[in-house]
Amino acid sequence: MAKQVNVFIDGHHLEVPDTMTIIEAADKHGIYIPRLCYHPDLPPTANCGVCVVEISGNPTPKRACCTPVTEGMKIATNSKKLRSYRKTLVEMILSNHEVTCPTCSANNKCELQTLSNNLGVDPDALPNILVKQPVDNTSLSIVRDVNKCIACGRCITVCNEVQTVYALTFADRGIDAHVDTAFANGMANSPCVNCGQCTVYCPTGALRERSEVDAVWEAILDPEKHVVVQEAPAIRVSLGEEFGLPLGTVTAKKMYAALRKIGFDAIMDTNFTADLTIMEEGTELVTRLTTGGKLPLVTSCSPGWIKFMETYYPDLADCISTAKSPMSMFGVLSKTYYAQEQKIDPAKIVSVAVMPCTAKKFEARRPEMRDSGFQDTDYVLTTREFIHMIKEAGIDFAKLSDEDADEGMSFYTGAGTIFGATGGVMEAAIRSAYTLVTGQELDAIDIQSVRGLVGVKEATIPVPGFGDLRVAVAHGLSNARILMDAVREGLKTTGESPWHFIEIMACPGGCVGGGGQPYGNDMASRARRGLALYEEDASLPVRKSHHNPEVARIYERYLGSPNSELAHKLLHTHYFKRSVYNGQITEEATHKHH
Amino acid sequence: MTLEICRKYAPNKDNLIQILHEIQDTHPQHYISAAAVDIVAEYLHVPANHIYGVLTFYTMYSTTPRGRNIIRLCESPPCYIKGSDNILRRLKTVLGVGTGETTKDGAFTLELCACLGVCGNAPVMMINDDVYGDLTEEKVEEIVNKIRGAK
Repeated sequence: MAKQVNVFIDGHHLEVPDTMTIIEAADKHGIYIPRLCYHPDLPPTANCGVCVVEISGNPTPKRACCTPVTEGMKIATNSKKLRSYRKTLVEMILSNHEVTCPTCSANNKCELQTLSNNLGVDPDALPNILVKQPVDNTSLSIVRDVNKCIACGRCITVCNEVQTVYALTFADRGIDAHVDTAFANGMANSPCVNCGQCTVYCPTGALRERSEVDAVWEAILDPEKHVVVQEAPAIRVSLGEEFGLPLGTVTAKKMYAALRKIGFDAIMDTNFTADLTIMEEGTELVTRLTTGGKLPLVTSCSPGWIKFMETYYPDLADCISTAKSPMSMFGVLSKTYYAQEQKIDPAKIVSVAVMPCTAKKFEARRPEMRDSGFQDTDYVLTTREFIHMIKEAGIDFAKLSDEDADEGMSFYTGAGTIFGATGGVMEAAIRSAYTLVTGQELDAIDIQSVRGLVGVKEATIPVPGFGDLRVAVAHGLSNARILMDAVREGLKTTGESPWHFIEIMACPGGCVGGGGQPYGNDMASRARRGLALYEEDASLPVRKSHHNPEVARIYERYLGSPNSELAHKLLHTHYFKRSVYNGQITEEATHKHH
Repeated sequence: MTLEICRKYAPNKDNLIQILHEIQDTHPQHYISAAAVDIVAEYLHVPANHIYGVLTFYTMYSTTPRGRNIIRLCESPPCYIKGSDNILRRLKTVLGVGTGETTKDGAFTLELCACLGVCGNAPVMMINDDVYGDLTEEKVEEIVNKIRGAK
């Protein structure tokens, strides 16, 4: 049991639980202790030493990130001596850092840059001793530039402890210690699932997405090309904060306006295919539930989760929904249905996706995602890359007038928009699966038990004619392991899964916390963005996927019915087994329906 | 082979260091390959990246093939004061390799190490499990030639 203790920080008397560290107590009371490697979302590693404070009775300064508070503790955070220590530490870090701030992808977001500036560090205090190392460009999603790495270890913590992916580690020791993959084989030859949480928590520009901005500009400027763009649910609640609007502002209509100004030829919306996913996945669920098919059914929208499943749970691959992700459904339909409706040669269509995600870059290039006869999704831009393009084009985003998307594949319901938050796919699926099973409409459609940031959530939904539908939701891959281990155990021992339907998102918070989201993507801002999606859901005239008129239209004019032969050909996929050592495919885990 | 070594130990991550030593000691090239790490990882249920971290943290392990004889010359201050840098220069000349390199015939790998715990006999080196103290430039050449001849 935590007990309250009295501490004095810079003369302020605070009463805090004794389970807190000094930095947590200070943060809670608005006293800012300079820090570099510490992040409130992650366990402290005490690597950098910038957060040192003086404690009465202690001969040497202590690190505030890993020193617990004790009764009567008197702490000074800002003495002359501490300022000098911190300056020296940062000067040493800068002396072994590639200082290219103006052109660095992390410029203005870099925690090292801000700290150096705040502390008044002298950049020439020490000579630069950096020995330049090659950049790890092996991954389709993530670039790792060790020259900008300050060895804070956050990427290692998030990769190993939060995501349990085990791609990154510290290698060597002393001055040679550096972040690496096993045997320095590169990210693409490691178990990395491309989730990009390392890029989100990296305090500098050492980890970033592989940029596709130039290729997209080129396509836009090519008069021969018809460039179609889709935007994931999470994008519309993550742009405003970058342009001076309050965190969690819903900016769907400004987003469309910005895309039109940039020069995309057709602006549609991933939320439309999120609704379509519910029709395909919901039908699959109902079929499995009512015909004794394989259970549980597990969602397949999150590409980080899919590669993780292929690597660590390939024995459960037949539990994963065969439905492609909303992005990949949009990609294939943009070069088939849309091309046919608009009478455009699909060879001339360039399909671009704006995603909060780095793993989508990998998903788009999976060889099986070519059911249109072309690479279904040509380019994937992260939220950060899209923001970069808005700024590059000189667009004053906050002052843009609202505009609508182009018709065809853009109408969306509240169910589609909540895909961007953890629990959203589950909630959307329940709203429609209920109707598919009972023929009745579900009235209580706000399913609070699957919302929010608890790591593992469970709910039981009574469905007349079926019984209790048991569901579970996990976000963050260490939480995914909890559910999948229980499923594996259940299937092995009793032959039954504890749940019928499971939603898993690779990133903590769901897509609003994706690896492609703006820097400074902490849990608090993920929570706010998630709430914004539920606010948008509540404000929309249609809130169930099966009431989406454009979805009805695509089935009527093109696909036939959910899970039809054509739907299976275009909108469903299959999975592989991958090596836990290098992430490469070893064999097929499931087969594609024909 | 690697798996047989693993099986001598309980599948408990506490045994990682011992298993790695045995794999390295029994390998003709005195190193631990990526393939061996994968086998140990599976046996102990320890991720391969963690094992790589351990392997590169401890200088006694090598992730690249080495010679039949491994020379470890101490570079700590007592040996340095007693002239270990001259010894190193002579070893490099006699062997024709730099630090961390292996001779073309695969007979020797030259490495530097921290204190071997016999500072009274500085400068000191180890060749495989044998310690050689009170080194002079002449003496190291003799030792190397003797091992070469014995082969």
